[in-house]
Amino acid sequence: MAEREQIRKPAPARSEETPVEEVPAANKKGEELKAELDDLLDEIDEVLEENAEEFVRSYVQKGGE
Amino acid sequence: MAIVKVLGMETEYGIVIRGAAEPNPIAASSTLINAYVAELSRNVGWDFEDESPGRDARGFAREGSAPPEVETHLVNAVLTNGARYYVDHAHPEYSTPECSNAYEAILYDRAGELVLARSVAAAARLLPPGQSVVVLKNNSDGKGNSYGSHENYLMDRSVPFARIVQHVMPHFVTRQIYTGAGKVGSEAASTGGQDVRFQISQRADFFEEEVGLETTLKRPIVNTRDEPHCDSQKYRRLHVIVGDANLAEVAGFLKVGTTSLVLSMIEDDWFARASREYTLQSPVAALRRVSYDLDLSLPLELADGRTMTAIDIQWEHLDLARKYAEERGLDSVGGADVGRDILQRWEQVLAGLESDPMSLAGQLDWVAKLRVIEGYRERHQLSWQDHRLAAMDLQYHDVDPARSLQARLGMERLLDPDSVERSVSEPPETTRAYFRGKCLQRWSSAIAAANWDSLVFDLGSDPLRRVPMMEPLRGTKAHVEELLTSVSSPAELLERLGS
Repeated sequence: MAEREQIRKPAPARSEETPVEEVPAANKKGEELKAELDDLLDEIDEVLEENAEEFVRSYVQKGGE
Repeated sequence: MAIVKVLGMETEYGIVIRGAAEPNPIAASSTLINAYVAELSRNVGWDFEDESPGRDARGFAREGSAPPEVETHLVNAVLTNGARYYVDHAHPEYSTPECSNAYEAILYDRAGELVLARSVAAAARLLPPGQSVVVLKNNSDGKGNSYGSHENYLMDRSVPFARIVQHVMPHFVTRQIYTGAGKVGSEAASTGGQDVRFQISQRADFFEEEVGLETTLKRPIVNTRDEPHCDSQKYRRLHVIVGDANLAEVAGFLKVGTTSLVLSMIEDDWFARASREYTLQSPVAALRRVSYDLDLSLPLELADGRTMTAIDIQWEHLDLARKYAEERGLDSVGGADVGRDILQRWEQVLAGLESDPMSLAGQLDWVAKLRVIEGYRERHQLSWQDHRLAAMDLQYHDVDPARSLQARLGMERLLDPDSVERSVSEPPETTRAYFRGKCLQRWSSAIAAANWDSLVFDLGSDPLRRVPMMEPLRGTKAHVEELLTSVSSPAELLERLGS
């Protein structure tokens, strides 16, 4: 095993004009992201299944494909 | 030359009735679909001549739909967008119409989410007080039961199946790093001693074979079902069962986009040009290893004794695909524009995954789900075994917009909401689904049966008349729009078609 060669990535063909205009989250500051996630979690608290244990327990799927 | 990758997706949705003493998923699925079809029949614009009620005693949806040729005694509706909506075992299943590129495929997959959401609302009006239906677009109940989200791709029959298996296997094992829908915990019989709190894929736990015909037990990574629903001398349909259902449009687009492209490359024997083979030593073990590796850093053993990470295998596939596009073009995956978007998105997600996977929380399901679940866990100081995390995992996939967690995450959209809305009732224009959908819109009461490869008309007096549709790329808007607008009855249509 030890002598196995680890294949390195051969400088993949990333295009010249690498389009980075998307992926908005990447440019945001850590604090901004955290505040955003906090708001989201507040919202999730409101809509999350009230009886999580019962819901998870009753969700059984048999048969298919 | 690679042929056009006509494609479609079949999604089995998870279903549970809340508030029922003894929930019956088959009955629930039938209620769901019947409620939807009955509601459609009340809408203006449908040409119904008979007055029979929406539900028949045997459980068939009648109005706005055609019964199947083979009676299953379960609901089976063909929708005017060319899709099939039916009960498969104990699940509601929606099969998109035949599509001709990755954008169209996710458009009709999204339309399916709307169909299910509307079915849930319609069923709510039929169920006894205190009961409601919950429908999830996911692939696992978290208790060892999985249900599928299958992709289908039209391929040239002359390509040796062994070549397809050899070259699609590494893609299927590694593409999950962007197609995975994420899951709390593991349902595998053994994780090899690993403590799996969260994994990338919903489905990786359930695969036990490399190649085979099964879909419900001993599931294979490459499925050999060979039922093309078209001219079987010319075509095969590659039935792909290894994927997760996606809600993130970017992830769904890449799932079918990269796979279409890889299959075209296989048809043109492009992997013969690769500087190395990517054959994995143990694909089944590798599928799980990749799914459990949230850092995307573990090496996979190749058959030639070397190792590569999933992300590096994907980089090299992208590299090969770029060269393929330059030399052979992108006609087989929907043309230059769609093809370029596939290549660019592919590169963006690999670059993002390599630098910081969390930067893709707006693009990939598994990352989005992990981010909110991990955030919630930290906020409330929960253990990974807490039911609330399992409930969040399920609720991420709820088709009801009021309950869906995914819908709250503001993820990037590739589709215009108006087109999605239109696609609930209008067929794609670029495949035979156009003919099917348009005929159902106008003459549903004269159509005795609708199948992928035929329409059967019942004109009342004559014997049933079958219109075969053996070519997936015939019967498009370009082919038949003029004919359809120039005839005023199904009898005239059949006369003009000469069938």
